[in-house]
Amino acid sequence: MAAHVASAEHIAQEERRYIQVFIWLAVLTALEIALTYTPLTRWVIGTGLVLLAASKASMVALYYMHLAHEKPTLKYIALTPAILCVFLVLMLLPDLGAITRLVVTAIEGGGAPAH
Amino acid sequence: MSTAAAAPQAHLVEPAESPLTPESWGKLGMWTFLAADAMTFGALLAGYGALRFGDPNWPRPSTILGIPLTAFMTFLLICSSVTMVEALAGIRQGNKAKFGKFLFLTIVGGAMFLGLQAFEWTHLIEHGQSIRRNNFGATFFILTGFHGMHVFSGVVYLSIILLVGLRGRFSAHNNSEVEIAGLYWHFVDLIWILVFTFVYLI
Repeated sequence: MAAHVASAEHIAQEERRYIQVFIWLAVLTALEIALTYTPLTRWVIGTGLVLLAASKASMVALYYMHLAHEKPTLKYIALTPAILCVFLVLMLLPDLGAITRLVVTAIEGGGAPAH
Repeated sequence: MSTAAAAPQAHLVEPAESPLTPESWGKLGMWTFLAADAMTFGALLAGYGALRFGDPNWPRPSTILGIPLTAFMTFLLICSSVTMVEALAGIRQGNKAKFGKFLFLTIVGGAMFLGLQAFEWTHLIEHGQSIRRNNFGATFFILTGFHGMHVFSGVVYLSIILLVGLRGRFSAHNNSEVEIAGLYWHFVDLIWILVFTFVYLI
């Protein structure tokens, strides 16, 4: 099973990219931890953490797993579980107690007589 | 016309190129496995989310779990991903010493991660946490345990790659098995990034 032989210049360029990605991953991880100490609301912090984690995971997949330079077939295979997981979470939303409580609170709050 | 002369050559004919033809069937196999594995982790994380947001008394993870230790563990896995790609770059350059050194460092990083996880689990269990105590303990130990088993498998997998590599199996022209092993290792790192955020930080 022979892999393609990359040129020395191409490999050197890739190694520079690996280090750049490493620095980004370290910085984003530090940002994540710093974010948990900020006085923002839990929803804002939670959303920020999810976005940061998604960025980090994408960088690992695109550059360390070389997905950015792969054939479309492999990109589709990698994207499939991500789409299905988002779909799974959306399907679970009605069962999430917090969402249900928010809706119930909003309905009760809206229907309650004003004092 | 006889086809007897052409028959022995038939197996040398490359299959027709198509959008589905991969550069390496092994790589396609690993990506397919990782996609299935990602769904398992996705289902576990979604189940964790459903249980957590359905329980108003769910404890804040930072009050029970040690964030500085796990932040260091995260850093360790990120470093081991860098050493993994450097090992691949080494063998692609035909530099077997570089390949061996960086792959060994990757294995050490994985082993250190497992040691720290064992330390963390021991500490938590001594302080009363368990898989049976409540949903917090159940989801925590299942998610981190399932990931830890992947790290353990990765350490074994990479050790085998290192051993066969030191015996001269790989070269600048023949290294796709190293790349495929790297895909598994980076996937383990990617999953930890998500577990660290969802289980420890949020």
